[in-house]
Amino acid sequence: MTTNSLVPAPIAQLPWKLIFLIIAIGTFGGLCLYSAAGGSIRPWALTHFIRFFALLGVAVGISYISPQRFRDLAYPAYFVLLILLVVVLVIGVVGGGARSWLDFGPIRLQPSELMKPVMVLVVASFYASLPASEIRKWSAIWPPIALTAIPAALIILQPDLGTCLLLLFSVATVMFLAGLPMRLFIGAGVAVAAAIPIAYNLFMMPHQQKRVLIFLNPEDDPLGAGYHITQSKIAIGSGGLFGKGYLNGTQSHLHYLPEQHTDFIFPAMVEEWGLIGGLFLLICFALMFRWGMAVALDTKGRFERLVVSGLTMTIFFYFAINLLMVMGLAPVVGIPLPLFSYGGSAMMTVLICLGIMMAIDRDNRRDRRGL
Amino acid sequence: MRKRGIPLITENSQSYTFTRRAMVLGGFQAGIAVLLAGRLSYISIAENERYELLSEENRFQLVLVPPRRGWIVDRHGQPIAINRSDYRVDLIPDQLKEPERIIPQLAQLLALPPEEVERIHKELKLAAGYQPVAVAENLPFDKYAAVTLRLPEMPGVAPLRGFSRFYPEGAAVGHLVGYVGAANKEEYQKEKNPLLITPGFKIGKEGLEKVMEQRLRGKPGAKRLEVTARGKLVRELASVRDTSGGTLPLTIDAGLQAFAARRMGEESGSCTVLDCHTGDILAMASMPAYDPNAFSDGISTSEWKMLSEDERRPLLNKTLNALYPPGSTIKPMVAMALQGAGVDPSDTIFCGGGWRLGNRFFRCLGRHGSVNMHRAIAKSCNSYFYAMGNRVGYDTIAVMARKLGLGVKYDLPVVSQSYGTVPDSEWKQRKYKQKWTASDTLNASIGQGYLIVNPLQLAVMAARLASGRDVNPRLIGTGKAAAPIDAPPEHFETVRKAMWEVVNGDGTAGRSRLPFPDIAMGGKTGTAQVRRITGGQRGQSGDWKYRDHGLFVCFAPTDNPRYACSVVIEHGMGGSRAAAPVAKDVLTYLFDKEKAMQALLPMEEAWGGNVAQRMQRRANQWLAANGKAPGA
Repeated sequence: MTTNSLVPAPIAQLPWKLIFLIIAIGTFGGLCLYSAAGGSIRPWALTHFIRFFALLGVAVGISYISPQRFRDLAYPAYFVLLILLVVVLVIGVVGGGARSWLDFGPIRLQPSELMKPVMVLVVASFYASLPASEIRKWSAIWPPIALTAIPAALIILQPDLGTCLLLLFSVATVMFLAGLPMRLFIGAGVAVAAAIPIAYNLFMMPHQQKRVLIFLNPEDDPLGAGYHITQSKIAIGSGGLFGKGYLNGTQSHLHYLPEQHTDFIFPAMVEEWGLIGGLFLLICFALMFRWGMAVALDTKGRFERLVVSGLTMTIFFYFAINLLMVMGLAPVVGIPLPLFSYGGSAMMTVLICLGIMMAIDRDNRRDRRGL
Repeated sequence: MRKRGIPLITENSQSYTFTRRAMVLGGFQAGIAVLLAGRLSYISIAENERYELLSEENRFQLVLVPPRRGWIVDRHGQPIAINRSDYRVDLIPDQLKEPERIIPQLAQLLALPPEEVERIHKELKLAAGYQPVAVAENLPFDKYAAVTLRLPEMPGVAPLRGFSRFYPEGAAVGHLVGYVGAANKEEYQKEKNPLLITPGFKIGKEGLEKVMEQRLRGKPGAKRLEVTARGKLVRELASVRDTSGGTLPLTIDAGLQAFAARRMGEESGSCTVLDCHTGDILAMASMPAYDPNAFSDGISTSEWKMLSEDERRPLLNKTLNALYPPGSTIKPMVAMALQGAGVDPSDTIFCGGGWRLGNRFFRCLGRHGSVNMHRAIAKSCNSYFYAMGNRVGYDTIAVMARKLGLGVKYDLPVVSQSYGTVPDSEWKQRKYKQKWTASDTLNASIGQGYLIVNPLQLAVMAARLASGRDVNPRLIGTGKAAAPIDAPPEHFETVRKAMWEVVNGDGTAGRSRLPFPDIAMGGKTGTAQVRRITGGQRGQSGDWKYRDHGLFVCFAPTDNPRYACSVVIEHGMGGSRAAAPVAKDVLTYLFDKEKAMQALLPMEEAWGGNVAQRMQRRANQWLAANGKAPGA
């Protein structure tokens, strides 16, 4: 894709394959939100489309920024967001039981969301600056841990366990890719596994313990805390191979499926589109992640490859946790399906991530052309 | 895995590590994707059927439509128990979120008395899950509408249009049909039928309503409702119609039953009328009684207390469950036994006011001089039966007593019957480990002592004597004429003639002739001691509860008996005084309704109104005496 007389070069250079995937997912999400509202563009579908295309424009805009700028801006953005996280805790808006929003009139900002890509940039930036020989030393470990611990603590105070976990997973992924000794990860994994029963017994509130038990056996409490999972599986399972047909989902339209516009949009979609629709969406996402990992492997710069792979994994964690949750393979934590669910903050985060990845991809290809 | 030792880390090796680890992550992603795709396929293909069913179960609610209870009608098809349209309000404990707010609001809307509010709170505490708690039944439409309008602000409140059982004759049929009520926990546990906990559904609790429950109940219908998760109705789908319960035709003559009950007036007792060819029970009135309508609305504790404390025992079915010494009413039966044992009806005994057995003198109520069987029955001479009973022995008489239906439990669809005792020597040995004595015979021969019977048995005895047929009482359907009893017809004839004399000749019930020139009644009076005769007390005065019972058995017409009847008036002091006049009017009703009503109406006026009015007055008196506000 070098020169084409019909299409102007700046447009031809866009990663069209990725953009089509993004549009496919976002549009499909919008269609499902239209159905979830009972065949109405209000209250979700219209807002979703406007937000989606606006943020997609922003992402394409970001793709023109040079990767070096992200590296320069990483630490300043990190500190600004830290301050905002503190401000949120002090004067934030309470929504869904957590104090995580800042209200700026028409725009409500959730600093914890923006922190996810910025955290990846900061940690990637740290490892890019670290001399290769230092990687096995203690000094390669504690700075990123300290950098992560502060926002993680502020987020858990909101309290927003889901976002906090995503942040930790993303940072851990970047550290893993940076080449820290393998035994650290194995050791940490063993430690977490050992800590789970202790944490369960000592630190978890009874309602949290209950949630874990119910995750293990949702049918035990079909009307209580297991309700979400049970109804979600009913929605998915009753769809069958081809689904009940668009706008014909009973689980979602009769409100048996809770939060069918955000966390549980996927079962609402599968109910109407069946296994075919579900697999289509899985494939779209899989191609998106493949694109991300391919860009990371193609990229030469240490910062850039850590950023691209880290951001890919960030989006992947959204995707994986949400779907594992709605299929009853993970406990219910409030994490939306990126680009597909209704909700501005997660969409903004994901599209910013994609924008940064596209920017690196663009830079990457320009380098290659230059060679 | 990487090599041991001190690795040399360079930009290159780091890049290599990155590539390798990125591949690991890519593999991890692919693994998760495959896991998700597999899980998705498994749920939507392998478990599709199960989840499809669950999704339907979510969406559709099967609502039982209670069947209408079958009618109970009399022998002519006239209704005894029917169903009336009824507006009611229930509470569903599981859906009731704010009882502290909603119950006072309901109490105000429906003008519930504090007693009811207390009951609702109490029942709510005991209620489980979806079992509804009745708030009010038989509501007028405007109150029902007032609740319906406010429904959105009162979750857990369920107004319902249903049917309630109605007994047009009220207390007159109380003991006969029993009553219905909401099933209790034990009844539900036993049957596990969801119908039983459907709001407003009633099952038979007593009498025929209980015994014939399965026949009267019918089959519930079902409605499929599509509902949202919050229980809002989306639409109603095809429904299965309910099947009403079967109509239950009784042998009862509803008019006669009501008349008999009314004719009892302020007395406590029973009146049983049989068709003496078929055994069909035409009337089985036991008064005073409860109003079964009051029970089907759910009876209040004070109503229950009043009924259970009443010394006239309105909760007891006196035709089946009250036992009395039959007194002289069994003398015709004894006469049958005597004849069977070879006593010639023309044999005489001299009555000088009693009969001596060893050193004991058994008293007669008069000095009858020389009496034969005919005269002994007509005048109710004890001396004759002492002497003759002593001659043949009671074991012979007991056989005839059973043959004529005493001491027998009948095959009837009733909750319970007490069948009393027909004693004999073997019985006494078994029960008291004592020998039967001649004085036992004498006492039993005049219907006292160990002999106790219920009023239905007396009616059956009268019917068997009247027809000579082995009739058994029946309550349902219509019967055929029964087979003759194995005894010479002339024996019956002797007894019937003597019974004719009791009423129409020089007998004890001369004042109770039927008011017809061509229809005569034959009968026998009886007076049963309630306590031992002491001093001058003969049970003819003093406290009501110590007075003698008055009994009367009869049949009519004497020339071709069709109807047999027994009347027992508790503490009525004498058969001829209290019981025979009732029998006379009741039999009159069978031949001429108008004439009978003409006799009844002035009596009711003197008693202070009809049964319902008098019951209401009594209830208000009771409530006032117990410091409670009178009911509506």
